[in-house]
Amino acid sequence: MAMLEIKDLQVYYGVIQALKSISFDVNQGEVIALIGANGAGKTTILHTITGLVPAKGGSITFEGHDLLKTPAHEIVSLGMAHVPEGRRIFADLTVLDNLKLGAYTRKDKKEIADTLQMVFKRFPRLEERKSQIAGTLSGGEQQMLAMGRALMSHPKIILMDEPSMGLSPLFVNEIFDIIKEVSASGTTVLLVEQNAKKALSIADRAYVLETGKIVLSGDAKELMDDDSVKKAYLGE
Amino acid sequence: MKLLSQLLNGLNAGSIYALIAIGYTMVYGIAKMINFAHGDIIMVGAYIVWLAIAVLGLPVPLGLLIGVAACALLGILIEKIAYKPLRKAPPLAVLITAIGVSYFLQSASLLIFSSEKQTFPVTLALPSITLGELVIPGQTLLILIVTAVCMAALTFFINRTKAGSAMLAVSEDKDAAQLMGVNVNKTISMTFAIGSALAAVAGILFSSSYVYVYPTMGSLVGIKAFVAAVLGGIGSVPGAMLGGILLGLVESLSKTYISNQMSNAIVFGILIIVLLVKPSGLLGKSRPEKV
Repeated sequence: MAMLEIKDLQVYYGVIQALKSISFDVNQGEVIALIGANGAGKTTILHTITGLVPAKGGSITFEGHDLLKTPAHEIVSLGMAHVPEGRRIFADLTVLDNLKLGAYTRKDKKEIADTLQMVFKRFPRLEERKSQIAGTLSGGEQQMLAMGRALMSHPKIILMDEPSMGLSPLFVNEIFDIIKEVSASGTTVLLVEQNAKKALSIADRAYVLETGKIVLSGDAKELMDDDSVKKAYLGE
Repeated sequence: MKLLSQLLNGLNAGSIYALIAIGYTMVYGIAKMINFAHGDIIMVGAYIVWLAIAVLGLPVPLGLLIGVAACALLGILIEKIAYKPLRKAPPLAVLITAIGVSYFLQSASLLIFSSEKQTFPVTLALPSITLGELVIPGQTLLILIVTAVCMAALTFFINRTKAGSAMLAVSEDKDAAQLMGVNVNKTISMTFAIGSALAAVAGILFSSSYVYVYPTMGSLVGIKAFVAAVLGGIGSVPGAMLGGILLGLVESLSKTYISNQMSNAIVFGILIIVLLVKPSGLLGKSRPEKV
């Protein structure tokens, strides 16, 4: 059975239907990419999974839990972390306080300290700047902080929304390297990206969205060779 | 000596303003609304203490505790009943509701307790201290100590506890806080409870020095505390503390050295000047809106 299963998901913003019967699944250990143009509904899918946006119909099941019936603040303790679009770090708090909030639902101090060391090892720059106010970090560093903060919950699956948005090419490569590392360490990844080329290059499978519907899905490597994908999303 | 004792008077009033201003600023920080009923919590707290001690004859410490606890509960109830349903409503609707709650509390106490002034049943004071010519009145001493303890406890709570960091997170970004596993509703309730409990403490100190309890007693002091919160930078807890103390000092000094009648005009005039020069208040942040 899939780790995360989305079936016939319907979401409305007022009278406008943002998601029209979305179904897909994510298996343990996979990197799944959701690609598509601006406004296709990628972010809405992630927001519905973690309870920021209510669904009108359908189901979301994560390891047997019905997420549509789980209070939003309890989802992270099921082992699901969400790195939201635009990073949404706590700009007035220090880097360390941001990371500590990532471990908000965890109780064991020793385990939290171990995870913090792991996050610092993965993002040495965050350790150097741990006492700095997060809002003063550069865009790329803020993205790292958002990812580090999500990792602090020790998630089984991590949802990432446009991690490359607004970053210089150098940082984009760095961020994608880190996503690969996170995946290699056993965390499942659900990645939303406008940078389809990059996303497909690290994903196992991908789903292509257009105006609230999945129009194409399959093996990431095959999608990269698909003519319609090439034309619409890879700029070839 | 006159100056020193006026400064003490100012600190006395300023401490009470500061305790109330903290409630305004905390609620603004977390719910992005001005809770205009906050001033009336002071009055409710004073009445409950009066009921507990003068009418029911309970021991003083218990009566004070009941007053503070009842106000914390009232704060939670007001948020749940009046403000929570409006969380996604336009700010004007929330503002009007807050004014409505304020009138409701005043009218309800008018119906229950009538407009007749009641005498606050206890005078809380420590022994006075004499330093040469300067006498620090026992009431002032108590007010200063209670305020300092409340502020220190609150600062510790916000900066050093998990619940405090949840509060900071919610005040910055509710959705992101929720993604961290913070229960946003519970955090908002907690904020209203703390703010209202501090208002009750202020109400007790206020009534203990000004003796009378009546339905509209919270209005003017509430508005002035709101001014103090804006002066210090609404949303900033240290700002509310500073704003409250400053307001008390300015008021006391202008009463003595300029004009008794003009003191309120001077206080509000200073607010206008500060807002012209620094619209975000003394310690407020002026951060550009995030896009």
